[in-house]
Amino acid sequence: MLESGDLKKGLKLELEGEPYVIVQFEFVKPGKGQALYKCKLKNMLTGAQFDRTFRSGEKFNPANLEEVQMEYLYADADRFCFMNTSNYEQEFVTEEQLGESKNFLKENTVCNVLLFDGRPIEVTLPYFIDLKVVKTDPWVKGDTASGDSKPATLETGYVLNVPPFIQESELIRIDTRTGQYVERVKT
Amino acid sequence: MKDDRQNALQKHLQLRARIVQATRHFFIGNDYLEVETPVRIPAPAPEAHIDAVASGGWFLQTSPELCMKRLLAAGFPRIFQIAKCFRQGERGRLHLPEMTLLEWYRADSSYLEMMNECEALIGQIARQVSSKNMISYQGSEIDLTPPWRRISVAEAFEKFTPMSMDAALENDRFDEIMVEAIEPNLGQSQPIFLYDYPASCGALARLKPQESRYAERFELYIGGLEICNAFSELTDPVEQRTRFEREQERRRNAGRRVYPMPLKFLDALQDMPEAAGNALGIDRLVMLFTDAKQIDEVVAFTPEEL
Repeated sequence: MLESGDLKKGLKLELEGEPYVIVQFEFVKPGKGQALYKCKLKNMLTGAQFDRTFRSGEKFNPANLEEVQMEYLYADADRFCFMNTSNYEQEFVTEEQLGESKNFLKENTVCNVLLFDGRPIEVTLPYFIDLKVVKTDPWVKGDTASGDSKPATLETGYVLNVPPFIQESELIRIDTRTGQYVERVKT
Repeated sequence: MKDDRQNALQKHLQLRARIVQATRHFFIGNDYLEVETPVRIPAPAPEAHIDAVASGGWFLQTSPELCMKRLLAAGFPRIFQIAKCFRQGERGRLHLPEMTLLEWYRADSSYLEMMNECEALIGQIARQVSSKNMISYQGSEIDLTPPWRRISVAEAFEKFTPMSMDAALENDRFDEIMVEAIEPNLGQSQPIFLYDYPASCGALARLKPQESRYAERFELYIGGLEICNAFSELTDPVEQRTRFEREQERRRNAGRRVYPMPLKFLDALQDMPEAAGNALGIDRLVMLFTDAKQIDEVVAFTPEEL
């Protein structure tokens, strides 16, 4: 159990059954008056933000969050199946929860998955993932007119800019935080 | 370089030292005696919203009020003290759990004379440390020329909020509205005294003789900062005991620690002359003169740095 005095920026708590993170925090108090804890809270499921002022003595639960390693197995219609690498239990993540990560997710990738009350709510990919280029224009040696980069489509369907020398069916390394090309991977 | 923050604070800490010196100079020049009373005490004043730090079965003072009033009762008519005070859980842009309070008492005076003395004190400090009669604080130019403005708490609610003071008290929103809607407006062009608090907001203050729903209490605001809190002191030991019992009850109901009744203080109260007292946050005063947005900028070390 937490109480108002524990509130601070970054704290994760549960309100009405949903997990929230405090994104802004301010302690205010008239000298002789009540302490007030002004928070801006972000719903970790929906991203919605709202302001709430707590008073001293209010009690609440920390959000029951756990980070586990899970391996991505397969996609099934609009759901993505992950397996907990320590107990082999399978969980499903929606496309919405996956967000941008969907662009770089390939089978057998081990990710950090944030669980709330045992249910996955957020997937964090490894910083670097190697993916195959399935479509890009061929490189013409000596062609300087086409510039420093060209579009390429990855096996996940994601399109990004790569240097002109990258060819179809090559493996390239992507930074999943920025979605940008890092280097060619020699196979 | 190590302790970069401390190094960058040199100007602020120099000004802080000069403000403390100017403060002493003012009181000594006005026939006040500087006193020291124990920081560690067995029974802090029971106040609903101020929590003391426990210390080996006793407590660290939340203010030197009770011991200083015992000195008043013992025949010291004008005393002041610059004391470290401790309040559990108070940490924010304007709060430190360990702070420096200037507290002074003046026999045979009321809160009205105390307002005049605030004007004189802060005016003299300003002349000594900045040789100007102005303070620039967070974009506001504040003119210190007396007399300063005065507004009652009830008027402030009318002026700055859609809710009356009575409605705010009834809905338990008095403090919230005070910090969010009233305080930021106070003292932006000239210091202002906010006076006549509801009786329930002044556990150690005398009630107004003609209007007992108000306590003779004021706070001084400069640049939106709460600088000091003063009363015409309550000198009736029976009434004081009843008020303390009520505060203890409020603490008990809120699940907070209930402190022992300060019996020696209550005994002494019957010998205390009519007096006015004031507690002024030195840290906040230094913030004003250094144009510091956060209290951290006026102390050598914050608790997080220890």
